[in-house]
Amino acid sequence: MPTSPQIDPSKLNSPASWRDPEAKPFVQIEQISKKFGAFTAVDSVSLDIYKNELFCLLGGSGSGKSTLLRMLAGFDKPTSGRILIDGVDMSNIEPWKRPVNMMFQSYALFPHLSVEANVAFGLRREGVRSQEVKQRVAEMLDMVQLGHLAKRKPFMLSGGQRQRVALARALIKRPKLLLLDEPLGALDKKLREETQFELINLQDELGITFIVVTHDQEEAMTLATRIGVMNQGQIAQIAEPHQVYECPNSRFVAEFIGNVNMFEGTVMSEDSDSVTVHSPDMDNLIKIDKEHATGCAPTQSVCVAIRPEKMRISRDPMDGNTNTTSGIVTDYAYMGSQSIYKVRLHSGKEVRVTLPNAIRDMGDRLTWDDSVYLSWDSESGVVLTS
Amino acid sequence: MNNITPYVGKGAMAVRLVHRIKAMNWGRMAVILTPTLWLAVFFFIPFLVVFKISLAESAIAVPPYSPLFEWNPEEAYATLKITFGNYLFLFESRFYLDAYLSSIRIAAISTFITLVIAFPIAYLIAKSSRTRRTLLLSLVILPFWTSFLLRVYAWMGLLKKNGVVNEFLMGLGITDHPLIMLQTDFAVYVGIVYTYLPFMILPLYTTLEKMDLALLEAAKDLGAKPYQAFFLVTLPLAIPGIVAGCLLVFIPAVGEFVIPALLGGSDTLMIGRVLWDEFFLNRDWPMASAVATVMLIVLVGPIMFIRSRNKQEDAP
Amino acid sequence: MKRGSLFLNGSALFGFVFLYAPIISLIIYSFNESKLVTVWGGWSIKWYAALFQNEQIINATLLSFKIAAISATLAVVLGTMAGFVLSRMGRFRGKTILSGWVTAPLIMPDVITGLSLLLLFVALESMFGWPAGRGTGTIIIAHTTFCLAYVAVVVQSRLASLDETLEEAAMDLGAKPSSLFFLITLPLIAPAIVSGWLLSFTLSLDDLVIASFVSGPGNSTLPMVIFSKVRLGVSPEVNALATLMILVVAIAVIAAIFIMHRQNRYKISQ
Repeated sequence: MPTSPQIDPSKLNSPASWRDPEAKPFVQIEQISKKFGAFTAVDSVSLDIYKNELFCLLGGSGSGKSTLLRMLAGFDKPTSGRILIDGVDMSNIEPWKRPVNMMFQSYALFPHLSVEANVAFGLRREGVRSQEVKQRVAEMLDMVQLGHLAKRKPFMLSGGQRQRVALARALIKRPKLLLLDEPLGALDKKLREETQFELINLQDELGITFIVVTHDQEEAMTLATRIGVMNQGQIAQIAEPHQVYECPNSRFVAEFIGNVNMFEGTVMSEDSDSVTVHSPDMDNLIKIDKEHATGCAPTQSVCVAIRPEKMRISRDPMDGNTNTTSGIVTDYAYMGSQSIYKVRLHSGKEVRVTLPNAIRDMGDRLTWDDSVYLSWDSESGVVLTS
Repeated sequence: MNNITPYVGKGAMAVRLVHRIKAMNWGRMAVILTPTLWLAVFFFIPFLVVFKISLAESAIAVPPYSPLFEWNPEEAYATLKITFGNYLFLFESRFYLDAYLSSIRIAAISTFITLVIAFPIAYLIAKSSRTRRTLLLSLVILPFWTSFLLRVYAWMGLLKKNGVVNEFLMGLGITDHPLIMLQTDFAVYVGIVYTYLPFMILPLYTTLEKMDLALLEAAKDLGAKPYQAFFLVTLPLAIPGIVAGCLLVFIPAVGEFVIPALLGGSDTLMIGRVLWDEFFLNRDWPMASAVATVMLIVLVGPIMFIRSRNKQEDAP
Repeated sequence: MKRGSLFLNGSALFGFVFLYAPIISLIIYSFNESKLVTVWGGWSIKWYAALFQNEQIINATLLSFKIAAISATLAVVLGTMAGFVLSRMGRFRGKTILSGWVTAPLIMPDVITGLSLLLLFVALESMFGWPAGRGTGTIIIAHTTFCLAYVAVVVQSRLASLDETLEEAAMDLGAKPSSLFFLITLPLIAPAIVSGWLLSFTLSLDDLVIASFVSGPGNSTLPMVIFSKVRLGVSPEVNALATLMILVVAIAVIAAIFIMHRQNRYKISQ
């Protein structure tokens, strides 16, 4: 298995089926809800996932992402709604009959069985001939580079090795759909980064649809073809990774993913290519390109979100009479690749600005109590109405 | 959906029943029913039988009690013959009441002594390192695996007039004549404490082990002296374990038979022994049943309490 | 601080001496030459020789072992079912009752259990003609019933500590509930089942009170024979018997610790 982070460019250019309105979804989740007593874990979620997607369900704990995954696997029965996989209604299909396999967060390797027997378990249940089982297990173990550990018991393996056994075990039945519950959660940071790319390559190679549940936004960003951000049992936004980051559709998504500065204000005017917002925190007006300011009209109260790295910071006043303001540096942290500044505006609001340390300049750095000016481009902000 | 089939007369009911039977998972039913039925027949129903017989009269017959229903062949009807005489006698005679009270007293005192001895041991084990903890726990559990009867019997040899304990005390010069210990209430206390010590240590250990030692350090850091830290932090946090351990000792101790029979004197009055004698010596089965019924009623409270506690622990 | 740990260690030492002194004295005095049990008359194994010639004790031992083995096996089957039902079968009508029936025998005084079972057997016999008379069969039923409860509790707690995703993983890979139980659950709870069996065996071997109630004439178990012997005073033969039993238990416990050790390795792996 190649471990280089390069992804086959031809694959990247292949048409993304989720953008094609004609494409038939592979997994259809229709109005699904799950209640545990009075608690609603999943609240009428509808979601279409397409063949060969690597879909990430991203959310905090208790957001319902794991429950959704468990309903796909068949461990939890939906209170209402239904799931179709490849056009087949899964409602009355038991977990052991579904064309779905899962990789568990804890890996759930059978401690009393060897690596080999763990991987062979699914094939044996299908009644595959033992000769074929042997061969396929050997191939699969070679693919995850564990052929030499076939006879070991799980407790004799390292975390990374266990993760690959779990993956091999889930893949060997060639499921139509692979569910991965926090697949990299138990690995340390460095191993996690390597494994992310391995997962992507593997998914490309095998052409299996993946659904990954994770709470780690970076992981979701790296892995996913599309991300479904979940909050309180509902899907807050479904979009491609860069869209989720650049064009969040709500305050929740903007704040959940990455850092963001929020300006509350009122829409003043609207013209053919931009919207102007007045915020009491700012020295002057905020101007946002029309394409990032949909669904708002004059006099409406809105939020404008600007990512810290999209702001410019300087001791000198900025040109222009929109998207600029001034304040005082109250906090400063040098992080190596970048520096973070906290700036207090005249209204008392604090904003966060990050600056890449592009040059090794130790000289005239901005520091505490400096008076500074901030500015950004009209294409940088996003108007959020919810 | 069989449960929304509208109810229209008997036919619909039959259809509904057929649906239900079809929907049943027979394997699951069998697994649930086998142990349930076993326990119903051999654990629950016996209590009903005991209660029934406690309402009968003792008779010289096989079995030695009067039937509950008397069949009158001439007029073809049955008379229900029940008597509360056994219960009346139970409460009127000082003997039984004394036996209950004395059982409860002996069980309560022994429970308290067991707690006092068990606490430091449980605490020490909970504070020990991992390997030492396993060793000490095994040492606590090990005697439990050897015969209870033989362990009680061992105390007969230790507590006798010329037994090991007396030899030891006289050898140390603590006493110059052998103390009478066997066949006294004292020996019964020793026996109960000894037998049930592991039942107290284990739940205490379980709670103490969960306790964060940093809490004690925090208490000391905030100025508590060691004994204050113990009474203000350790003890309150150990209460669940204390309650569990006390009940696990108290309940079986109340009905104990072997210990008073082997170690107690003829004046050591315990209800288990009374029941045994009533049954084996007097062959008064209805009276023995009445004694058992009242004992069960006395113990039902604590037993239910343990049950509700277990349930809480089961809940997520 | 020093004083505190001195107190702790002192009282713990006292506790352990208290726990082991009777057992050790039994062992030592079983090798006593003198018939007067507490007067030391030098080392001897004559009581062991006497033990092996005592037909009553040998027969009672054989009977008790037979009863213990059968009861423990039945209790393991029924108790595993009960433990599994309580922790893995979700909610069903009567679950509360079953869990009550499983817990109560653990703390029920023996005299009540014994009396109630005897009265049941008598009532059943007069109504259905079964069980005809009392003896080995009725003792086995009685012992199975209270041992079942111990097995159920041990199995239940093992299942509770078992990662449920293992069972889900097996289902996910295509195992039906029946094969799931035999391929995954059973091997993983095997240590609990083994210790449940050993516990049941010991408890059955040890029971005096319940067996006294439900046994018939000519069916004296080992504890019944011991009780009738020691009721009159200390007996050197019983000391010898006790020593042998302690030896057997010690071996069994070492085996159990070994099994638990292996089980722990599994736990670490999870």
